Amino acid sequence: MQVTPEILAEVALTEDEYRLIVERLGREPNAVELGMFGAMWSEHCGYKNSRPLLKRLPTSGPRVVQGPGENAGAVEIGDGLVAVLKIESHNHPSAVEPFQGAATGVGGIVRDIFTMGARPVAILDSLRFGPLEESRNRYLFHGVVGGIGWYGNCLGIPTVAGDIFFDPGYSANPLVNAMCVGVARRDALVRARASGPGNLVLLVGADTGRDGIHGATFASVEDPEKSHRGVVQVGNPFLEKLLLEACLEALESGCVVAMQDLGAAGLTSSTAETAARGGVGVEIDVAKVPRREAGMTPYEVMLSESQERMLVIVEPSKLEVVEAIFRRWELHVAVIGRVTDDGMLRVLDDGRPVAEVPVQLLTEAPTYVRDGREDPELAALRNRDLATLPDLARSPDEGIGAREALLALLRSPNVASRRPVYRTYDHTILTNTVLAPGEGDAAVIRIKGTRLGLAVKTDCNPRYCLLDPYLGAQHAVAEAARNVSCVGAEPVAITDCLNFGNPERPEVYYQLSRAIEGMAVACEALEIPIVSGNASLYNETGGRAIPPTPTIGIVGLLNDVRKRVGLAFAGQGVVYLVGPAEATLGASEYLARFHGLTAGVPPSLDLELEQRVQRAVREGIARGIVLAAHDCSEGGLAVALAESCIAGEIGGRFEIEALVEANGGRIDRALFGEAGSRVLVQVAPESESTLVALLRSYRLPYLRLGETAGDALIIGDLLRVSLRELVAAWTSGLS
Amino acid sequence: MRFGVITFPGSNGDHDALMAVEMGLGQPVELVWHTETDLSRFDCLIIPGGFSYGDYLRAGAIARFAPVMESVRAFAEAGGPVLGICNGFQILTEAGLLPGALLRNASLSFECAWVFVRVENDRTPWTQALAPGTILRLPIAHGEGRYYADTATLEQLERDRRVVFRYVDADGRVTPEANPNGSLNNIAGVCNERGNVVGLMPHPERAYDRLVGGDDGLRVLSAVLRAGVEVASTPRGLGSGHTQR
Amino acid sequence: MSSTQGWRADVYVALKPGVNDPQGLAVRDGLHRLGYDEVSQVRVGRYIQVWLEAPDETTAAARVREMCERLLANPVIEEYRFQVVRIDAGH
Repeated sequence: MQVTPEILAEVALTEDEYRLIVERLGREPNAVELGMFGAMWSEHCGYKNSRPLLKRLPTSGPRVVQGPGENAGAVEIGDGLVAVLKIESHNHPSAVEPFQGAATGVGGIVRDIFTMGARPVAILDSLRFGPLEESRNRYLFHGVVGGIGWYGNCLGIPTVAGDIFFDPGYSANPLVNAMCVGVARRDALVRARASGPGNLVLLVGADTGRDGIHGATFASVEDPEKSHRGVVQVGNPFLEKLLLEACLEALESGCVVAMQDLGAAGLTSSTAETAARGGVGVEIDVAKVPRREAGMTPYEVMLSESQERMLVIVEPSKLEVVEAIFRRWELHVAVIGRVTDDGMLRVLDDGRPVAEVPVQLLTEAPTYVRDGREDPELAALRNRDLATLPDLARSPDEGIGAREALLALLRSPNVASRRPVYRTYDHTILTNTVLAPGEGDAAVIRIKGTRLGLAVKTDCNPRYCLLDPYLGAQHAVAEAARNVSCVGAEPVAITDCLNFGNPERPEVYYQLSRAIEGMAVACEALEIPIVSGNASLYNETGGRAIPPTPTIGIVGLLNDVRKRVGLAFAGQGVVYLVGPAEATLGASEYLARFHGLTAGVPPSLDLELEQRVQRAVREGIARGIVLAAHDCSEGGLAVALAESCIAGEIGGRFEIEALVEANGGRIDRALFGEAGSRVLVQVAPESESTLVALLRSYRLPYLRLGETAGDALIIGDLLRVSLRELVAAWTSGLS
Repeated sequence: MRFGVITFPGSNGDHDALMAVEMGLGQPVELVWHTETDLSRFDCLIIPGGFSYGDYLRAGAIARFAPVMESVRAFAEAGGPVLGICNGFQILTEAGLLPGALLRNASLSFECAWVFVRVENDRTPWTQALAPGTILRLPIAHGEGRYYADTATLEQLERDRRVVFRYVDADGRVTPEANPNGSLNNIAGVCNERGNVVGLMPHPERAYDRLVGGDDGLRVLSAVLRAGVEVASTPRGLGSGHTQR
Repeated sequence: MSSTQGWRADVYVALKPGVNDPQGLAVRDGLHRLGYDEVSQVRVGRYIQVWLEAPDETTAAARVREMCERLLANPVIEEYRFQVVRIDAGH
């Protein structure tokens, strides 16, 4: 085979990488082998650029049962159980065909969870789009939301939480990060490690078609829409439901040695990774792979990304039992090969060898450490002086007042009610949903047969990350943790999804490395391990990278699920702001909305203070003092107050003179400025002194804001808005 | 009272139905795979929600031909209480055991929410002793739940008081706003002529525990306990002069 | 007298060959269960009727093709075909 630059471009390998393959292999690879290397050495499978940086992340802790390297991470949650979690991107497929791209993203992440022997109990989605004013973005938004709902609803796994953010930086390059959480008995957790030479390799589930060939490399190449139309996979959630039940039953039977789902790079990566983890080899015959189409080549079979397929390793004596289980679920089972002891991945086509490559060589892609350099334009934006911007008017006749600003912020697609989205997701199935979407800062699901509850959420503010990736990533971790703390849960594990542009560009590499450093520092300070993750690089269109987006998916633990609180003000009570009084307009939603600026220094973050705030809030909830808790994020204090009033269907009268003073006399900063480590809490009047004693014991700054009552939100003499108007604004932003 | 929960490939509400009967009612219950044909050990049947056979072609269209459905038909014809929930309701209409059809929601999108329904008829085993006018709060989760029947059928249903549940607001009023899917006459559930087969779109089996949103569903599921084996063994029609309380 | 005429386009939209069609598979298996063993493949698509005004058939077809490309079919995974028929004004 004559290897031309075009061929190498097709398989997304550099000339240096090709030379390395020839050197290690001791010969030139054939076409099938080259395609396998291209897929396995893509960023998506091989983590060429991110792997060296990922070493920095803290991945251990007393609860960690399984860290990165398997299909999903797992942490102990008590009662002999583990929570299993993983997040994964499906950005590029969703940019091309949003409905199927997002649907198959859900399918893939759910398989990662049940492959571990865990029953999936919750789906989350972190989504990023360009402004909805552009029709292409609306198309992508509706397609993605539709696909997520279709797949998850059909599977019967509740979609309970997530986050959505709109920013011009995501136009034409949406982000779809799907997360799944499962629960397993600790002793029933399964690893995807092939072992026992002579054991059989089974392929179960869908037939193999030409779906998504090049998908793995495709996920690592810029601008998929231009270069790769027509390779999108179509999902079949019905088949996945059968696969889910059958696989769990097969794993429960104890007759399965290992299980691995077929995702990116299909048979190639699933066989190679399973063999590599077990330190063995695998031999398969592609002629035994059931096909959906005639005339497929070995290359196509090895690289097909047809969905809803599973690789299962069994001992020959257990084959009959396992086959019977899958047959009962009306699934096809094909014995396609066996485990060997020579460390090779050998591919036959009806007995004739078509590829033979050392497993380790496939799975150990070369890694790159690059030089990063901050984009001077972004540094200039960060250094912009915001003190010169005009403040809001104290009275309406002098200009835009606080009232109009609040209503406009509530209408902002980044703040407005997510109900138009989550009403299309089944979030009540499985009858575990204790706090449903919109009811708390995180969703809470119970674990039947125990008192345990899991709080789940995703977070990342891309504006903070754009202006300062190090600080922004810290905020992403802190906010995710704060959100689960606000329902009363202790953060126990994180799964991360790193969405960035082309790492070969120094400005992007800078963002990637700084963000990972920031995540690491925040996770260490808050003592939360990262147990799984995924990297999606090359998110660019027309040479422009997306805002750096290190999405954080988090799981928190409630030892007694009955002791959780929502964000809704619960009747009459007293409201306190816990955390710093000082806020900033830097990188705020207010600044973007009213001044058209993404600029300034993002809020500072004192991680030690953050930890104390979260501990105090959790203790207040556990002791039954706190009736409601709500994190102050996009839109600042006033928006947080409005949201808790809306959810609780009650107004309130609050004073913020002390805040205005702490913010240099500026009303905009006091009302809409953003800051880390801030939580609104509501207590009953008789609990006030207990709360104050608690906050003092944690040496926390706090402020008594006022009391809930009536049917209007009143903030000093700055604004008075009826509940009806608040609701009208807040519910109109996304519908 | 022994409950059977009929499970098709793609059913996903089977587990909730199982839990509701087990945890909520404390009654014996088992899953019945779609290939089974002997239902003689059951006192009542639940056909749960989900996406049987992926709901491809039409919701419930393929499931109605499953082997178990002949036995379900025989069970119903013998007067046994059958409750079809969501996809189960769709299957019962496709199988002709209940009148009408469930069309795509008027909003054209899947709707997951808690809604209010009003009990219209207490002469079914699934609403026994639930006074007409009783308001229940139940979750819905469906994309194809818009109840439709031709005018003649609809008139007949109303005349024979075979509408079992109607979507209402919190105060029990039938309003367009309270109708989550555009169902004709705000119909959330109907029964067959005899009254022993009931189908509804809302999910009583998801409402058995206040911790997860409410327990009004138990009032529906437990009604059959009161109706008891009497209904199963001595079938009776609706027009038997049974007076309303 | 108006220069436009009435046309009806009968548009058939289906998944491209080779694209996974879960619906078709489910219907095929359903037919097999009912004993139609002679069925080898089923593919499910959509049938759409569009009534429009256009001065001639060429223009009508061009407009419908554009509608297919932009909305009625998803060119990423679907293909379409259509025929345009004249609707008599008197009917």
